[in-house]
Amino acid sequence: MTALLVLADGTVCEGEPFGAATTQVGEVVFNTSMTGYQEIITDPSYRGQMVVMTAPHVGNTGINSEDVESRQPWLSGFVVRELSPLVSNWRADEDLHTYLARHGIPGISEVDTRALTRRIREHGSMPAALCTDGSKTVAELLRMARGWGGTEGRDLVREVTCRYPYRWEEASDPTWIAAPPPSSTSPHVVAYDFGVKYNILRRLTSHGCRVTVVPAHTSAADALALKPDGIFLSNGPGDPAGVPYAAEAVASLLQHDMPIFGICLGHQILGLALGGRTYKLKFGHHGGNQPVKDLTTGRVQITSQNHNYAVEAGSLPTYVEVTHVNLNDGTVEGLQVRGKPVFSVQYHPEASPGPHDADYLFNRFVRLMERR
Amino acid sequence: MPKRTDIHSILVLGAGPIVIGQACEFDYSGSQAVKALKREGYRIVLVNSNPATIMTDPELADATYVEPLTPEIVSQIIARERPDALLPTVGGQTALNLAVSLASDGVLERYGIELIGASLRAMQLAEDRQLFKEAMERIGLECPRSGLATTLEEARAVAEAIGRFPLLIRPSFTLGGSGGGMAENEGDFVEMVEHGLRLSPVGSVLIEESVLGWKEFELEVMRDGNDNFVVVCSIENLDPMGIHTGDSITVAPAQTLTDKEYQRLRDQARRVMSAVGVETGGSNVQFAVDPATGRVLVIEMNPRVSRSSALASKATGFPIAKIAALLAVGYTLDELQNDITRETVAAFEPSLDYVVVKLPRWAFEKFPGVDPTLGPQMKSVGEAMAIGRTFKEAFNKGFRSLEIGLSGWHGHAPARTRPRAEIEKLLRLPNRDRLPAVHDALWQEWPEDAICQATGFDPWFVRQLAQIVALEREIHASDLSTLSPGLLRKAKRYGLSDSRIAELLGDVSQATAVRSLRTRYGILPTYARVDTCAAEFEAYTPYLYATYEEEDEAAPADTPKVIILGGGPNRIGQGIEFDYCCCHAAFALQEMGYQAIMVNCNPETVSTDYDTSDRLYFEPLTLEDVLNIVEVESGIRLEAGKKFPANTSLHGVIVQFGGQTPLNLARGLAQAGVPILGTSPDAIDLAEDRGRFGALLAELDIPCPANGIAYNPAEALAIARQIGYPVVVRPSYVLGGRAMAIVDNEKALTDYMNEATAAAEGRAILIDQFLEDAYEVDVDAICDGEQVVIGGVMQHIEEAGIHSGDSACVLPPYKVSYYHLSIIRDYTTRLGLALNVRGLMNVQYAIKDDVVYVLEVNPRASRTVPFVSKATGVPLARIATQVMAGRTLAELGWTAEPQVDGFFVKEAVLPFIKFPEADTVLGPEMRSTGEVMGHAPRFGQAFAKAQMAAGSTLPQAGGVLVTVNDFDKGAALKIARDLWRLGFELYGTPGTAQFLTRAGLPVTVLAKAVAGEQAYTTLDAMRDGKIQMIINTPLGPESRADGARIRRLATRLDIPLFTTLSAAQAAVSGIRILREKALRVRSLQEHYAAGRPAPTSRQQVP
Repeated sequence: MTALLVLADGTVCEGEPFGAATTQVGEVVFNTSMTGYQEIITDPSYRGQMVVMTAPHVGNTGINSEDVESRQPWLSGFVVRELSPLVSNWRADEDLHTYLARHGIPGISEVDTRALTRRIREHGSMPAALCTDGSKTVAELLRMARGWGGTEGRDLVREVTCRYPYRWEEASDPTWIAAPPPSSTSPHVVAYDFGVKYNILRRLTSHGCRVTVVPAHTSAADALALKPDGIFLSNGPGDPAGVPYAAEAVASLLQHDMPIFGICLGHQILGLALGGRTYKLKFGHHGGNQPVKDLTTGRVQITSQNHNYAVEAGSLPTYVEVTHVNLNDGTVEGLQVRGKPVFSVQYHPEASPGPHDADYLFNRFVRLMERR
Repeated sequence: MPKRTDIHSILVLGAGPIVIGQACEFDYSGSQAVKALKREGYRIVLVNSNPATIMTDPELADATYVEPLTPEIVSQIIARERPDALLPTVGGQTALNLAVSLASDGVLERYGIELIGASLRAMQLAEDRQLFKEAMERIGLECPRSGLATTLEEARAVAEAIGRFPLLIRPSFTLGGSGGGMAENEGDFVEMVEHGLRLSPVGSVLIEESVLGWKEFELEVMRDGNDNFVVVCSIENLDPMGIHTGDSITVAPAQTLTDKEYQRLRDQARRVMSAVGVETGGSNVQFAVDPATGRVLVIEMNPRVSRSSALASKATGFPIAKIAALLAVGYTLDELQNDITRETVAAFEPSLDYVVVKLPRWAFEKFPGVDPTLGPQMKSVGEAMAIGRTFKEAFNKGFRSLEIGLSGWHGHAPARTRPRAEIEKLLRLPNRDRLPAVHDALWQEWPEDAICQATGFDPWFVRQLAQIVALEREIHASDLSTLSPGLLRKAKRYGLSDSRIAELLGDVSQATAVRSLRTRYGILPTYARVDTCAAEFEAYTPYLYATYEEEDEAAPADTPKVIILGGGPNRIGQGIEFDYCCCHAAFALQEMGYQAIMVNCNPETVSTDYDTSDRLYFEPLTLEDVLNIVEVESGIRLEAGKKFPANTSLHGVIVQFGGQTPLNLARGLAQAGVPILGTSPDAIDLAEDRGRFGALLAELDIPCPANGIAYNPAEALAIARQIGYPVVVRPSYVLGGRAMAIVDNEKALTDYMNEATAAAEGRAILIDQFLEDAYEVDVDAICDGEQVVIGGVMQHIEEAGIHSGDSACVLPPYKVSYYHLSIIRDYTTRLGLALNVRGLMNVQYAIKDDVVYVLEVNPRASRTVPFVSKATGVPLARIATQVMAGRTLAELGWTAEPQVDGFFVKEAVLPFIKFPEADTVLGPEMRSTGEVMGHAPRFGQAFAKAQMAAGSTLPQAGGVLVTVNDFDKGAALKIARDLWRLGFELYGTPGTAQFLTRAGLPVTVLAKAVAGEQAYTTLDAMRDGKIQMIINTPLGPESRADGARIRRLATRLDIPLFTTLSAAQAAVSGIRILREKALRVRSLQEHYAAGRPAPTSRQQVP
């Protein structure tokens, strides 16, 4: 059986199928992380996307029950150069193939992922169709890819957000990351779930927060009714313009003197709520090696990133300050509102996968809440 | 932060001679640092005793001192040059130790010199294992349980506290873990502790809990003055803990860690760096991970650029040494550009979309009696690195890069039937045949977990290897006519060479047929770029590797270009000297407007730095791989019998500079129609073919030692009878005197012939008359077909019979008459023209009884080219390249043999300290790993400096042990008399003592160290510190054991030892002159400026 991946520009990749035997359509992006495929496939931000891993060997350490970023994998397809024929790790519970198959997600291996990455780099992220059950021809797949609606303006968040508010109580396992000094005040954080990664919730908890997770469509009034000490805006899939209700809620939250911290999509939504604009990057940032400079300290952090949209620097009002920039392409990586306890970053301080360099931002958020 | 303007001149310390554990990676790192800092406008003062380095090229630093790396000499240089800062982190452990010593002695403070790149505290903390462990405990990181001991009693107490064997013994402050070992029991333990205490310059050893069998990881990290931190590369050792990382097969990036586990190592590495106090620069942090529980232990850290950082630089394209040097002068990572992408900065972590495998190369065959078991002390002499899209591809490419006669990773020829017990033993005991044994085991269908269990390899790797073997079986089951395109393509994607495929199909000679078949199927390599970023950004630097993928990124330019073939992994006889020549070839070609294309697979070298050449192919040096590159660069599909078009952009391939490796490919390349630049392959063959060369010498009327060729013992005996004993025997086409011997009777010759076939692989054995007591002379010259110009004439200090690579030599000759020199010059010219050499040539002569004999002519770069270039200031390799590209010497304006000011002595450095079981006596088989140069106005001084640089400083007083064979006693008398007059006390073994006493010299008699001897022996006197120098020439078989014991102990105790009388005589000259006049230092630049004509050799040496 041959698996077929057909890109909207006509590129055809033949490979070996793994995971579920099915056909899926989505936007193809590449991720340059060398470790952490498990965290990547369970990151809800990949809803609607197929991920090409640039690391050639994937699946080596299998899947374990601890390193998940949500309750299930979300992406539409997984593209690798070589799938590991065996699992070798002391914590592994099952192999990647079985896990993806169980969740209905198709994968393709033996693909020249470097050539594919170069194509995406040159021509931008694009729709593609992946068939792993032999049921579709190249022409059919091409039609499916070209007919796909794309992510622009689409609300992918509602597909991944929680349905009801819930309390989160799990902290990070100190085996993997040193525990920060406990907070004396244990502030209450209401976290908007636009597709939140568990590790954000774990980090908030580790830094001493009490966390209530609320669905993406929660109104400002409902959020405030929970008597939070701070509001957290999570990461999530797709285009921030697709979730206008979120920006509206944040805009009204901004009227209160409430500490707000946003990550990734949460950062873009905050940007929109502040009157800025967002735009789509050619192929986004997906990886664990993006250098970001904190303009307030001059220090560089190596960050974990996963986004296709970005906040346009010139679109922000003057009372909003750009605090972080990407050293590779100069894009906005962080902002804060002058005179208000409100800030956000485009990258992932919770890492997972990726370096822990930016974990201090959780502490910064806690301090803002303590100061109230 | 921008660069510092409060410092103007920087002293950079090099690593000295190539030794096991410290090889040409430090030329790479030092050259990068010097170039980068000079470009920033700093005045660079460089000290390195190794002339075969690119870093000591006079145009790199402002003041280049090829002087001994000792505190005294460097202090003198400091006093003259008054640098503002000292960079100790790019010259290996040698530079670090030297800097610690200069700082502790107050030299740096006295001259107001700031240490940059690493503080004294950081250097001490990282090196002192106890301090390091305490520092780790303070920040909550775990190290193996251990304790430090300065006496055997203390050591026993530590062992008891840990509670179980095996225990790891590591002496403090030694190179490459010298003297370290794994003690399995009490007996081993006592011996190793005592040995370690002696070896450690600070007299302490660490006794440590064994983590044998744990997974081993290394992180190459960088930090700048703004506390920005990046991991350049993660490295996973295939061999588990217990084997020195230099002897381990390593893989980058790490393959068997989850992100959680990897990030934990990253966090810990960062904390280690802060705790040790490395404020700026690169470091290497090693971890052990328990595969069952994930428990992590910090093993060690190097607060400097290391072998692993050279590997990481080559593996990722991130130039660690260059960046480290710039960080040391104040830059931060975000201010420095990523050269490869140009638009991004150095503050990032490379992402790899390929796999890199590094394989060590050993030289145990050179050291009979040495234990080839691998352990915590490094024993390999070189390494090859391979890049592939997958581990399997890189692994197979790596094995064929090693040039150990394997066409890829596979077992031994009769593999399939190798006994189970033998395989089991090879799997359990770490040794160089372990991976071939894994192949055998898999071929015999052992269960994978049995292999994992025996080797300690991670199951992931074993499965990868099993996949290769499974594919090989499939190929083995087919033949050339039934081999499907799918299978063939898969084999190429697994990294199998055409030869290996042919071998599996049953006929290794069918490699060309396999090549044609896959060409017909369109299964051709594609080239991908090492771009630091997994294709996220465009790569401007053409740093390429071959793979079998969909897309080719080679993008060759249509400009005039030349391919230079490098030397592959370092080995004894082929090392940095050849890499130096290859680099110069690249520089020369660039100056002439050619695109210089380098092919090499040695990660330690300057040649594999992406900015040495215009294009770099990091590829194995096999015919298949090189032909592929020729095809992609020329755009021509090579076909047998088809002529290479004259008008292509690829002008040719240079095979002269990389040692034997490219020469071995010359014939195959020429047969495929590839133009070879310079001397023709036929002329190379003429010089190497005994019969043809003999005829040429006869025609030119140039004498050579009587000789013959034998294919079996009977023929050998007949030839030897005709020539007369002793004779020199060796296989044809060998490097570094491999399997070469001097035999003096029929029995020895028969034994040799019976054994030799193994090393010579059925080739002819050459038999030569041995010119006893002859002087040997080496000449390096360049011929352009019209004239021959000599670059340098060197006289060996050791007499004939010692391999030229192991012999000290002096330029200009100090004992050769003008008459003989003129004969030598005449012969050199006639030989060069007769062979129609285009480029470099090296001729070896012997002078005996007033006759000058030609021993051999090598129409290629020799090991001495860099030495001659450094001494004379004439870049021979560069000129030779220009000649090869068609210029004449007259056009280049280089038509006269250069004169030097004073004397330049080259001394060989031998690795006996790593091989305590080996006999240190020199012979016809080369065993040295590196070289140093000493220069001074007078011969004795230059010799003394060379000795000092080689690590055995000539004594000024004390006792000398003289024990020589009967033939040498007469000559030894004069040497002993001179030493006595110089105030030395004389000691001798009974025979020698008697002889010297008879001549009226007072000699203390010492008993021979033979079994059961109760009297006070030579060894006792050495141990008691009575002996400061030893003159010992090999004795007859009955006394051989005694001599070997003396020599081995001398190595351990670091007592200067001379095994030839000519070297001893030179030592006496050195000692005498040291008495009269202190050693002075002079930079190469001052030396060249002095430009006075050298004293002619008729003048008597003082």
